[in-house]
Amino acid sequence: MSLKNKLHNIKEKYKGKKMAPAFNALHTFLYLPNETTHGGTHVKAADDLKRTMNIVIIALVPCLIFGIFNAGYQHYLATGAIEASNGFLGGTFWTFDNLIHGAWKVLPLVIVSYGVGLAVEFLFAVIKGHEVEEGYLVTGMLVPLIVPVDIPLWMLAVAVIFGVVIGKEVFGGTGMNILNPALTIRAFLFFAYPTWMSGDKVWVSEAVERAGTADAISGETLLGAYAQNNTLPGVDVWDMFWGLIPGSIGETSKFLIIIGALFLIFTKIGSWRIMLSTVIGALVMGLIFNGVVDAGWISDSSKFYGLMSVPFWQHLIIGSVLFGAVYMATDPVTAAQTNKGKWIYGFLIGFISIMIRVFNPAYPEGVFLAILLMNVFAPTIDHYVIQGNVKKRMKRLKVKTA
Amino acid sequence: MSKDIRIKKGLDIKLVGEAEKTTSAVKASSHYAIKPEDFHNIIPKMLVKVGHKVKAGQALFHSKVDETLLFPSPVSGEISEIVRGAKRKILEIRILADATQTHEDFGTKDVAKMSGDEVKTHLLTAGCWPFIKQRPYDVIANPANSPKAIFVSGYDSSPLAADLDYVLTGKEAELTAALIALSKLTEGSVHVVTKKGGNSPLANVAGTTSHTVSGPHPAGNVGTHINKIDPVNKGETVWTVAAKDLVIIGEVLLTGKFNATRTIAITGSQITKPQYVTGIAGASIKDLIAGNANIENTRVISGNVLTGRQEGENGSLGYYDNQITAIPEGDDYEFFGWNKPIFNKISVSRAFTFSWLNPNKKYDLNTNTNGEHRAFVMTGTFEKVFPLDIYPMQTLKACMYADLDEMEALGMYEVAPEDFALTEFVCVSKQPHQKIIREGLDLMLKEIG
Repeated sequence: MSLKNKLHNIKEKYKGKKMAPAFNALHTFLYLPNETTHGGTHVKAADDLKRTMNIVIIALVPCLIFGIFNAGYQHYLATGAIEASNGFLGGTFWTFDNLIHGAWKVLPLVIVSYGVGLAVEFLFAVIKGHEVEEGYLVTGMLVPLIVPVDIPLWMLAVAVIFGVVIGKEVFGGTGMNILNPALTIRAFLFFAYPTWMSGDKVWVSEAVERAGTADAISGETLLGAYAQNNTLPGVDVWDMFWGLIPGSIGETSKFLIIIGALFLIFTKIGSWRIMLSTVIGALVMGLIFNGVVDAGWISDSSKFYGLMSVPFWQHLIIGSVLFGAVYMATDPVTAAQTNKGKWIYGFLIGFISIMIRVFNPAYPEGVFLAILLMNVFAPTIDHYVIQGNVKKRMKRLKVKTA
Repeated sequence: MSKDIRIKKGLDIKLVGEAEKTTSAVKASSHYAIKPEDFHNIIPKMLVKVGHKVKAGQALFHSKVDETLLFPSPVSGEISEIVRGAKRKILEIRILADATQTHEDFGTKDVAKMSGDEVKTHLLTAGCWPFIKQRPYDVIANPANSPKAIFVSGYDSSPLAADLDYVLTGKEAELTAALIALSKLTEGSVHVVTKKGGNSPLANVAGTTSHTVSGPHPAGNVGTHINKIDPVNKGETVWTVAAKDLVIIGEVLLTGKFNATRTIAITGSQITKPQYVTGIAGASIKDLIAGNANIENTRVISGNVLTGRQEGENGSLGYYDNQITAIPEGDDYEFFGWNKPIFNKISVSRAFTFSWLNPNKKYDLNTNTNGEHRAFVMTGTFEKVFPLDIYPMQTLKACMYADLDEMEALGMYEVAPEDFALTEFVCVSKQPHQKIIREGLDLMLKEIG
């Protein structure tokens, strides 16, 4: 008897039982189910939610791999073990040592994120008797990419449980949530354990442990440096673009994020409207700040001067605006759902991101707050877009009756 | 004021098994069945009993709420069985047909000289009224109303649909008579929409407003035409009649006989030789596809793959249908079917699905859902196949939480379930859109009327 038949028999045997959703979730990973259409259309298009989510994960994999190497690279670079790699294909970046160090740090984060998150999902599916929805597949991948590399695993586990339960399940599960679950997890970490999520120690692996000792290394990001009217030594624009800078694990390589964005747009899974409008919003805000600096309204002694004077286009390659625009803002459940609404939603995310970045030097990364804020306002944006359509209909009726 | 409608949003589902343009004679079926389910929202009151002899055109039942609304027998013969379901609901009225058909005579009419009320009474008596449907609610028209316009679609763009230009040739006299009759029923115009570049006998009939339409499915759906030409507002009614049913109405007016014979497209990949046959509404499907189909693990559908009804080989042709589709069932597992590249199925995305590579390829789709039912997640896909000026997902959600005010505001008066067939096809979450819309319309009909 083949595997297919065996699994089919188990499925039939446990149909309607409590554990059925848990079994089915695993079963449907191996085999596309044998369900046929009943009523309605007799044929269906090839895509399902698993395929859709899978595409997003594939788009994230390059960022993850790069993040692993970069974790090792930043560590060895800071400790002085290796020379700076010049460019994306530099000799000291794609090395075995970097891989080992990075994998040792990053893979546990991935495993904890998926393990804990999926356990919560399975638990809720079994309790509520619905199938396990695929939403967490992407969330579980995003979470390790947006945290500092040294975050303790137990913190991540607590945050994941909080994020999945409060951010998603209390609203009714995948498709019903208001806030992006991955960002809910990050926000929880940020406000619960701020010392592990910001500052100048956490962005390079093992910087925290070495603080205060003779081997102390700096674990600061570019944004942190800019916010203090400083800059990091030895970092040029191309390093920012290729991603050879400290930062959250997956968000540093703008090059790979752009590749991922193009892939998502080509497969028609990600919304190009949101990505494009977020970038436009960020550029506009950056231009406004540059204008303020040029007009001489603030002096270089102002605490906002450092980030305000950054050339507007460089805002895209420092920090995680691009990562947020491509992978977080585009989450279809929490984004605006109408095409017009997507333009407004994306623009405001970019605009507010840069605003928070400049005006909050204590914590210069505003993208996740901007996205969470716009998640809350997305239904309102949609409401007004739809009212436009409703009003058109009302007007038509009035012309008729008048 | 004619219009040239161009549809951009939509999707042509190209399937294997298009009917060849030859009409073969098949043995006349002796078993017929009428299913009251075809007439949505009608509760039948039987006028005949098992064992009664009926003539073609003689009423089998009338609507419980309106005695004048008669539903005729398509053939002459003997009532062999009345199948009932739970709560004695009538599921099927089976008729054993006579060898030689006799028709009830309703008398020939000169339609040009009739008044609107006379036309109405005549169509009701002769059992032609069920062919007239109304929007809002997509139900059989209420004879007491006067519609602001009547729409006839002369183009069926649904998958493998019968080519109306072909099946209507030679019926010019009937079509014209029926259209004149319809024009008496409304103060507004009778809009006839035909395919751009086709040679439909319906184009440019005097007394009607002719339009042409081009583009992908749902370019031929009457709902699309209404939305583009004269949308339904609150409190207004439009009526719609299918082009093939005009032939029956016309024949009643010209000859006095109710003759539900039509040319039926036999289509789908499980049909050995896809072609057209002549048959009567309610005919046994077994007789229509005899010796011409592989019925092993096959889904036999009366109608097209998007809106048709699953019948099985022992079923019968629906009252309104002029197409039978047979496609393979898809009740098998597919190893890693959710992530491997897919070449043999249609998709509107490019998520390792490659139907975008050659848009003219014809596919042999089966009935597998290609995934499980999920909550709505993806946005923006429905809009690409939905040409109406309505927000499809928001409308569906309003139906699901039964908010009547919102349903009304979003445009539920303008839609029918068939308008949501394509969004249902492309839905990543495999939600039953047509069912959601149907239930929404039923709720509105009950609460608002």
